Amino acid sequence: VSGASPEPPLLEEQHREESLAARYGLLQRAGGIVAPLLTVVLAFLAGGVVVLITTGSLVKPFETYEAVFKGAGLNWFLPWEMCRDCPAALNLQQTLLIWTTLTLTGLAVAFAFRCGLFNIGGNGQYLIGSIAAVLVAGELTKAIDLPSVPLILLAVVVAMLAGGALAGIAGILKATVGAHEVITTIMLNWIVLWTGSYLFGVGGPFQSDVQASLPVSNDIAEKAKLSVWWGDPILQGLHIGFFVALGALVVYWMTLNRTTLGYEVRAVGHNPEAARYGGISVARNYFLAMAISGMFAGLAGALDVLGWKFRLDLTDIQASTVGFVGIAVALLGRNTAVGVGLAALLFASLQTGTSTRNLDPSIFPPELASNLTLIIQGLIILFVGADLIVLLALRRFRRRSVGSAAT
Amino acid sequence: MSRLPRGWRAVAWAGVLIGIFAALVSLPPIGARSPVFPIVIGLIAMTIGVGSWLRGERRVGIYAILAGLFGFGIGYLGTVSSVGKLEAVVVWGALFASMLRFATPLVFASLGGLFSERSGVVNIGLEGMMLMGAFFAVWGADVTGNWALGLVIGMLAGGLTALVHAFFSVSLRADQIVGGTAINFLALGITGYLFIDIYGTAGTPTDLSTIPDVNLDFLDSIPGVGDFLDDVFGQLNLLIWGAIVMVFVTWVVIFKTPVGLRIRSVGEHPRAADTVGINVYAIRYAAVTTSGVLAAAGGAYLSLGFVDGFGENMIAGRGFIALAALIFGNWRPFGLAAACLLFGFSSALARALQEYSTSIATLFEALPYVLTLIAVAGVIGRSIPPRAIGRPYVKQ
Repeated sequence: VSGASPEPPLLEEQHREESLAARYGLLQRAGGIVAPLLTVVLAFLAGGVVVLITTGSLVKPFETYEAVFKGAGLNWFLPWEMCRDCPAALNLQQTLLIWTTLTLTGLAVAFAFRCGLFNIGGNGQYLIGSIAAVLVAGELTKAIDLPSVPLILLAVVVAMLAGGALAGIAGILKATVGAHEVITTIMLNWIVLWTGSYLFGVGGPFQSDVQASLPVSNDIAEKAKLSVWWGDPILQGLHIGFFVALGALVVYWMTLNRTTLGYEVRAVGHNPEAARYGGISVARNYFLAMAISGMFAGLAGALDVLGWKFRLDLTDIQASTVGFVGIAVALLGRNTAVGVGLAALLFASLQTGTSTRNLDPSIFPPELASNLTLIIQGLIILFVGADLIVLLALRRFRRRSVGSAAT
Repeated sequence: MSRLPRGWRAVAWAGVLIGIFAALVSLPPIGARSPVFPIVIGLIAMTIGVGSWLRGERRVGIYAILAGLFGFGIGYLGTVSSVGKLEAVVVWGALFASMLRFATPLVFASLGGLFSERSGVVNIGLEGMMLMGAFFAVWGADVTGNWALGLVIGMLAGGLTALVHAFFSVSLRADQIVGGTAINFLALGITGYLFIDIYGTAGTPTDLSTIPDVNLDFLDSIPGVGDFLDDVFGQLNLLIWGAIVMVFVTWVVIFKTPVGLRIRSVGEHPRAADTVGINVYAIRYAAVTTSGVLAAAGGAYLSLGFVDGFGENMIAGRGFIALAALIFGNWRPFGLAAACLLFGFSSALARALQEYSTSIATLFEALPYVLTLIAVAGVIGRSIPPRAIGRPYVKQ
């Protein structure tokens, strides 16, 4: 192994570590809400053009977006549509279920971002949280009989610890041997994915007792299910986890802005060298930031299992992308609590609105529309990643024009 | 010859080989039925490992200990398993051929990643570029009726996707990981959209012109090892040979040509490269585009040479395994090829082990990721990335 000889740090090197978080920090101050909004508008325009090309009709893009809007139940907010049990309410419940998940996986990415770390492992942390919740609320109840509330709390806590521990591995590796967190979290994602497939796959140790031929877990105990406060429990109504996610947004804001831990995390995120000179342990904060991030994602997994999935099957495990959508949520939401909440609403609406269950197939085929959602998500991530540059260029341009006007 | 290991390192490598042999004694064609053999031989390997570890040869010493443990375990399992099952699972010729089939898409994508990352641009969009290659190769072969044109169209599609990545990460200086994530989403959406729009529920046509196999029947007539060679190499897809050739080509390009020197210098120290007159942006654009073309070739092999059709999200994480192989192989062509073979072998073994238990076979799929995690953790020989990786270059 070559190239390990110590050399004096280069000028570029000194700027290297601060780059990511500092750049996003700047973004927050510089762009305000205009840049993210522009990003979204651009992505939707591109999506509209795709619909236009496929259908060859000028009105179709508008009709499709209207159908997606209705499919997501967002028309419920229009005063003349507001009702308790109409289709709009049912659709909105689905959107808010997804919102709960995406808010938490978004926070999982955002918190690490504020410490200058890129947590791309939201998927694995979400999954290990789901697995833990299924095991506690399903398998453990066979051995120990716990009352409802302690059982739910136990499942949630174990899931959060599992998520936190998984992300913590990446944090420790970053802090001690400097292994890049993007690589380690990607690897951990896939390790959890295949472990989960093993646990609940056909022949696996925790595969269903009643459906021996299906790769699915046992259902969780009836008493472990979260109560539904809006809508019909049988029709996948909205469970109380919604408020937990709301609370998580508040906790996120409080931790970052009103605690010593949050101050240190942000300091490390802005400039690890400066933070170290200021007496802050960079290694400790890398670990803590990752672990807390993982806890948010683990919580998301637990709430999904206890709230509406009630079991895990192989498709859930292998096809889940919530962690990656979380990246989009955090980037678009500029890593702020309010931003994450709003961005999660956007992506949740898109996802529900284009699902086969909710999109009116006479307007636009849902199978196409769900892929359109992926395209729009991709475009938003692409544009968000680049808009800082556009902002910087604009600022430089403005400064230059001011400068030339002065001379 | 000067590069052969000496002293305790040589002893430790011998320990590794003995450990592997411990696994082999109980498998066909040797097929020892007494557990004593693998246990004793495995213990010898572990003793050698511990000995050389104590004498200062830590890295290979640990390899030897692990190989001893592995040989001990596999060898013991071999002796308790029935002969019939063993002979069904352990068919070396078929296993090696299957290993090559699984490794090929990984090799292409991983070589692609090598070009991009050696020039200093992280490429976690390999998965998406493979997917684009897989779809457009099928579409191209369907439209033109010719697999060669399909392959070219697929590779062009991958190259164009990579060009988007290059534009955002080199020209706009956006974060490269964010860009790669976006590429993966976009590719999934675009291929899924077009697949359903063009082919619908019927799927891709069954009469596609696919990449042919290369028939090497003459191998059979070689005395002694002829049968085995024929089983492994006799009936391989053309692109598998393409992958093997590409490993050598990449090694020559990266380490023996001026172009390779430029790519590496841009990835290690762009400022210095710029000072001597190398166009950093142009090199990075070219390297990233090459990575897309190669990754797409891997995808095209999957869709036109392996499963003969396209399915939504058919790459299923192979782009990330390729990334893992790149890191595991320490950003070197032969290193990554060895890693791809190892990962390919674990996939082949996982398929074969389904004879025993499908669930255990599933667990095997996690092996590449576990090994890579261990490798980046620095427990056994650190992986050292190019120095300027992930950093956009600002020309002054």
